[in-house]
Amino acid sequence: MARLITLGVKQLKTVALQPLTKESLARWMKAILLPLIGSVIFLLLWHIGAARVNTSLGVFPGPVIVYQQWQGLVAEHQRERKKEQAFYERQEKRNAKKLAQDPNYVAKVRTYTGKPTFFDQIITSLYTVLAGFILASVIAIPVGIIIGLNKAVYSALNPIIQLFKPISPLAWLPLVTMVVSAVYVSKDPMFSKSFLTSMFTVTLCCMWPTLVNTAVGVATIDKDLLNVSKVLRLKWITHTVKIVIPSAIPMMFTGLRLSLGIAWMVLIAAEMLAQNPGLGKFVWDEFQNGSSNSLGRIMVAVLMIGFIGFVLDRIMLMLQRHVSWDKSVILR
Amino acid sequence: MSTHLEISQIAIEFPTPKGPFKALDNVSLKIEKGEFVSLIGHSGCGKSTVLNIVAGLYGATSGGVILDGKEIKAPGPERAVVFQNHSLLPWLTAYQNVELAVKQVFGGKKSKREMTEWIEHNLELVHMSHAKDKRPDEISGGMKQRVGIARALAMEPSVLLMDEPFGALDALTRAHLQDSLMDIQKTLNNTVIMITHDVDEAVLLSDRIVMMTNGPAATVGEILTVNLPRPRDRLALANDAQYVDYRTQVLTFLYEKQRKVEAIDQAKKNSKQQGKPTQQQAS
Repeated sequence: MARLITLGVKQLKTVALQPLTKESLARWMKAILLPLIGSVIFLLLWHIGAARVNTSLGVFPGPVIVYQQWQGLVAEHQRERKKEQAFYERQEKRNAKKLAQDPNYVAKVRTYTGKPTFFDQIITSLYTVLAGFILASVIAIPVGIIIGLNKAVYSALNPIIQLFKPISPLAWLPLVTMVVSAVYVSKDPMFSKSFLTSMFTVTLCCMWPTLVNTAVGVATIDKDLLNVSKVLRLKWITHTVKIVIPSAIPMMFTGLRLSLGIAWMVLIAAEMLAQNPGLGKFVWDEFQNGSSNSLGRIMVAVLMIGFIGFVLDRIMLMLQRHVSWDKSVILR
Repeated sequence: MSTHLEISQIAIEFPTPKGPFKALDNVSLKIEKGEFVSLIGHSGCGKSTVLNIVAGLYGATSGGVILDGKEIKAPGPERAVVFQNHSLLPWLTAYQNVELAVKQVFGGKKSKREMTEWIEHNLELVHMSHAKDKRPDEISGGMKQRVGIARALAMEPSVLLMDEPFGALDALTRAHLQDSLMDIQKTLNNTVIMITHDVDEAVLLSDRIVMMTNGPAATVGEILTVNLPRPRDRLALANDAQYVDYRTQVLTFLYEKQRKVEAIDQAKKNSKQQGKPTQQQAS
């Protein structure tokens, strides 16, 4: 994030500091002015259009209302944090007092159980999506490499992959829920069931692009490089590590980026139904709540979902730039 | 001198939907240690196939190749190949590309320091020490080909196989690399088989030029022994009567003796695909 911002500032500086020539003006237009104009037109249309839509929960939220609701959510978060702090201070004082009266007293420490704020829910969502995405990658990359290397395995698994690829998360969810409830039985569970359900649903839906792209990347290695490997008599493990994987990395990352995008989309739906305390649940709860603020707060969440999705994609892109040898590939 | 490498009556067939296609038939050739042999012929005559069989990348349908008394069945570093389009691993630097080969061939036999020295020595041979930490996409085509040669030399092959190594380069770079190759060959006395379609290159570099007939079922047409004293200088040779004579002999083979077949093939093709632009005569 910080790097993104500094990058933006750098771009701004290089653009702003140059003397105005025709070319620098054109660059100005492209870098700042045009996106700005687009955004302003969008906000205007939104503002005008929203005011004309009346729902049973009041007028559809325009930009102004959404901004106010955003401030409201920030204030709520700060209030909640203060409460939490106060709670812990009180607890500490109480324990210190009791300890002073009775040196043998064993201090009771309780965790604060306030309701999660909007920002707590963002953290939960990020945590869940990353867990699901990493699990998917851990499965998809090795399997992709294997089916890319071996045509027989590819032929055997391809129909299954094609069958599972287009399944909606909403279809998986009931099954995943029931399986998690049945299998994950523990008195002192490390993870909540709603978290596991959401995570597995994300994994099931987002692993396919990584799998398919890795397989294609592995299968389409330059024949000359394979010949080099043969002439050198590389062992299969060296062959895989030194030749196959590096040459598949650009395709692998294309798959990973697609997968992360899908994971984030799927997560919101999964959280709504699984009641995992993340952004999806936030939207659902506000919808059920049905106050005059609800639509505005949902709109804040919608924009936040979009923004986080964008940032996640940029992070993957930076990772790709860092890891991949193929700098010539067009990164967008 | 005893025979170092013997290609004995090899033939190869490739399966096609219309039945097997016989690309080579009865190709035989004996090569002595330290000899520089060029294979020349029109494109599509199967000269690369011969090289690939010697490399072990293709298996001959009948006949075989014997190197130092052993039959060749699989590829191996003692028959290092310099590929036409360099085939460097694009994610490794020049140094690392050579290192991969050296580690594979000398791992366990040389100490780390010896290997480092050996890699640097080979890069020095092709004058690439200054760019050893650059990746293939950061250097020019000629430089990539040099690294490819360094990688092959670093395997200390008993036969160096070169598949049109300079075909993709411009004339000046090619001349420069040919000179380097002559220097290196003089120093190391490698046995070299080189595929080329460049008559000047063949005469300048080779001890013998093997001229191949046109396919299908291509075979060795004529063998020309080039008795020019080494070191050879391209400028001095340009007006040398002997050189010009060798050159003419190769050209005669390619454009008079072998042209006819090509021309008939071409006529057949043209009558089949009327109206389509005629293909260029193979160079």
